[in-house]
Amino acid sequence: MRDVALFVPCYIDQFYPQVGLAALEVLERFGAEVDFPPAQTCCGQPVFNSGSFDAALPLAEKFLDVFSSYRYIVSPSGSCTSMVRHHYAELVPHRMGELRGKTFELCEFLHDVLGAKPEGHFPHRVGLHASCHGLRELRLASGSERRIQPFDKVRALLSGLEGIAFAELARKDECCGFGGTFAVAEEAISVAMGNGRIADHERGGAEIIAGADMSCLMHLDGLIRRQKRPVRVMHVAEILAQAARDPGAEGAGGAEGAERADGADELVEAR
Amino acid sequence: MEHPEHVKHPEHVEHPDRAAAFVANGERLQWHDKSLWFVREKRDRASGVIPEWEELRALAAGIKAHTLSRLADYLEAFEAKATALGAHVHFARDAEEHNRIVHELLARRGITRVVKSKSMLTEQCGLNHHLEAHGIEVIDTDLGERIVQLRHEPPSHIVMPAIHLKKEEIGDLFHDALGGAQGISDPKALTEMARGHLRDKLLGAQAGITGVNFAVAETGGFVVCTNEGNADLGTALPRLHIACMGVEKIIPRAKDLGVFLRLLARSATGQPVTAYSSHFHGPRQGGELHIVIVDHGRSTILGREHYRRTLQCIRCGACMNTCPVYRRSGGHSYGVTVPGPLGAVLAPHVDPAKHRSLPFASTLCGSCTDVCPVKIDLHEQLLLWRGDLGRQKLVPLKKRMASRVAGWILVRTWAYLLLGSIARWFIPKLPKALAQHRWNDWGRQRELPPAPKETFRELYAKRRRTSGKAK
Repeated sequence: MRDVALFVPCYIDQFYPQVGLAALEVLERFGAEVDFPPAQTCCGQPVFNSGSFDAALPLAEKFLDVFSSYRYIVSPSGSCTSMVRHHYAELVPHRMGELRGKTFELCEFLHDVLGAKPEGHFPHRVGLHASCHGLRELRLASGSERRIQPFDKVRALLSGLEGIAFAELARKDECCGFGGTFAVAEEAISVAMGNGRIADHERGGAEIIAGADMSCLMHLDGLIRRQKRPVRVMHVAEILAQAARDPGAEGAGGAEGAERADGADELVEAR
Repeated sequence: MEHPEHVKHPEHVEHPDRAAAFVANGERLQWHDKSLWFVREKRDRASGVIPEWEELRALAAGIKAHTLSRLADYLEAFEAKATALGAHVHFARDAEEHNRIVHELLARRGITRVVKSKSMLTEQCGLNHHLEAHGIEVIDTDLGERIVQLRHEPPSHIVMPAIHLKKEEIGDLFHDALGGAQGISDPKALTEMARGHLRDKLLGAQAGITGVNFAVAETGGFVVCTNEGNADLGTALPRLHIACMGVEKIIPRAKDLGVFLRLLARSATGQPVTAYSSHFHGPRQGGELHIVIVDHGRSTILGREHYRRTLQCIRCGACMNTCPVYRRSGGHSYGVTVPGPLGAVLAPHVDPAKHRSLPFASTLCGSCTDVCPVKIDLHEQLLLWRGDLGRQKLVPLKKRMASRVAGWILVRTWAYLLLGSIARWFIPKLPKALAQHRWNDWGRQRELPPAPKETFRELYAKRRRTSGKAK
């Protein structure tokens, strides 16, 4: 039995392989022994959320066949993780024992299980997009609706990076409007919501919109590229991996890194 | 629960179509969204001053769940106490029976002029229409309700019925309907005009109908919350008071009221408490009080285990204010009396075929669940409805077929890989005319995702080989 099975959601496997690689790199950097079981495909969320619980059932069975022998299952997607952790109870209640306590979203796993303190250099102003399922189903952060002690695991991980600055948002955890098939079935509202999110990040001075769910970012990126806006999107795993490769002022690329850090400070102040 | 719909809801228009029409007016979209977000933020601040907010929510949810678990007992206790206080209690199975009871009470006394304070229940039952058809004038005295009544349209929000209208539109309406001067849009002037108009109606009324926010089993009394005092005036002037309530409005004890009154106004509008929380215990001196308790589909919901919790609802509207879809599509896009996430889980109980698009009018973001003062798992219920609609074959055929095909492919790793490589080969070759065609709901306003040469699994395999690690 290997320690960690990496679950790379289907659309990340196909369209955003660099996000999967970044997740792998980050996990290994913090000491996890990672395996990628190649038989994996999709957790079934798209068909489940479309009302086809029947079609989702064999996918849940397949997922368990592929993954349940591992100690941990880790995925760079809050939404897919939540599907497995919460909604499989509807499909395969008898097999939930095989999953108990071992499915994790990447940031959650780094923060809660590995106690990771990521280091490195990332001299950019980042807007954190709190993806809904990660936020309100996995509780990666406290959420603006609830009156509890504030916390934010994703931000906590990124805060350790040298040179990073955060764009403060007017609506800090509003949905981006992706919502799986919602993005297509309710195109008008979906686009209106996405444009609202991008505008909020831009007002906060974000160069990069970052999140722990590539699906939200895919939707926002689709809008950004069509409208040729200056902001871009990055998965949190990509930021952590890139920062770790760039040790900044104290590391090998010292002088260059320091200059860029200064640049970032200026940028922050200018905004 | 929304039958009969007397209001101008066209038959079976799907939510996406109406939402698109709302979005098309960019300016309205912006201020509708902003106005409701403003209320949501006010709610955040108002709830923030209560350190035990989350405990209060849990307590309220617990009280409601307990009450629902022995609803019949509490209803009987309420009936006995209310009757002892001199009120007359009537039970109505459905909207029709409710409307008939109210009409008979009025008709027997020869009453033709009635004032009504805001009540979503009577709206659901189509009471106004029923009474008007029998020659009885019913005037909604809540300002927002009166505005939509004059426009012959349903409320677009359960707490702020006219939130979809701009003050200029209300000025035009008052010019046409109340003989106001043209072009008035000053809110104070408009309110004064409405006040004068409503005062005449209140003074001339022969009966007052109100809703009920909370009915207390222990005492037989009930509470009506308003911000305009219209329920008080509407029941203090005429001799007859008819209070209409759904069976779920009951709470066990007077001391439970404190829990709900603290949650209600803060969740609804961000006020610490509504301007008027009026307690009624029996009829006023020389008056008559009738309480009509309505089931109208509620016991069906009570019998459905997963959906039961919606009956905990205290009708604060917080789920609407926070819902990013409601804020951007407007209340009328839902085509039911109660819009938003709550309406989307209630409506399919009545007619799943007619309201089949509503559980899909959500990204399942979950904000409604977290904002709900009585902890109804709204977004979970939306998802459950999707499954139920799928099982009942009420999801459009195209979508069902797509899911079946996708399911077939995804469960076979080889088929998934084949389809993936076809998609990645195909996407970059799509001519712009197709990628952005009007029937491409993704590509019309968004770029398609990139199409990398290699998948993650290919890159992973390569990496394993070069790093010399055996799998």
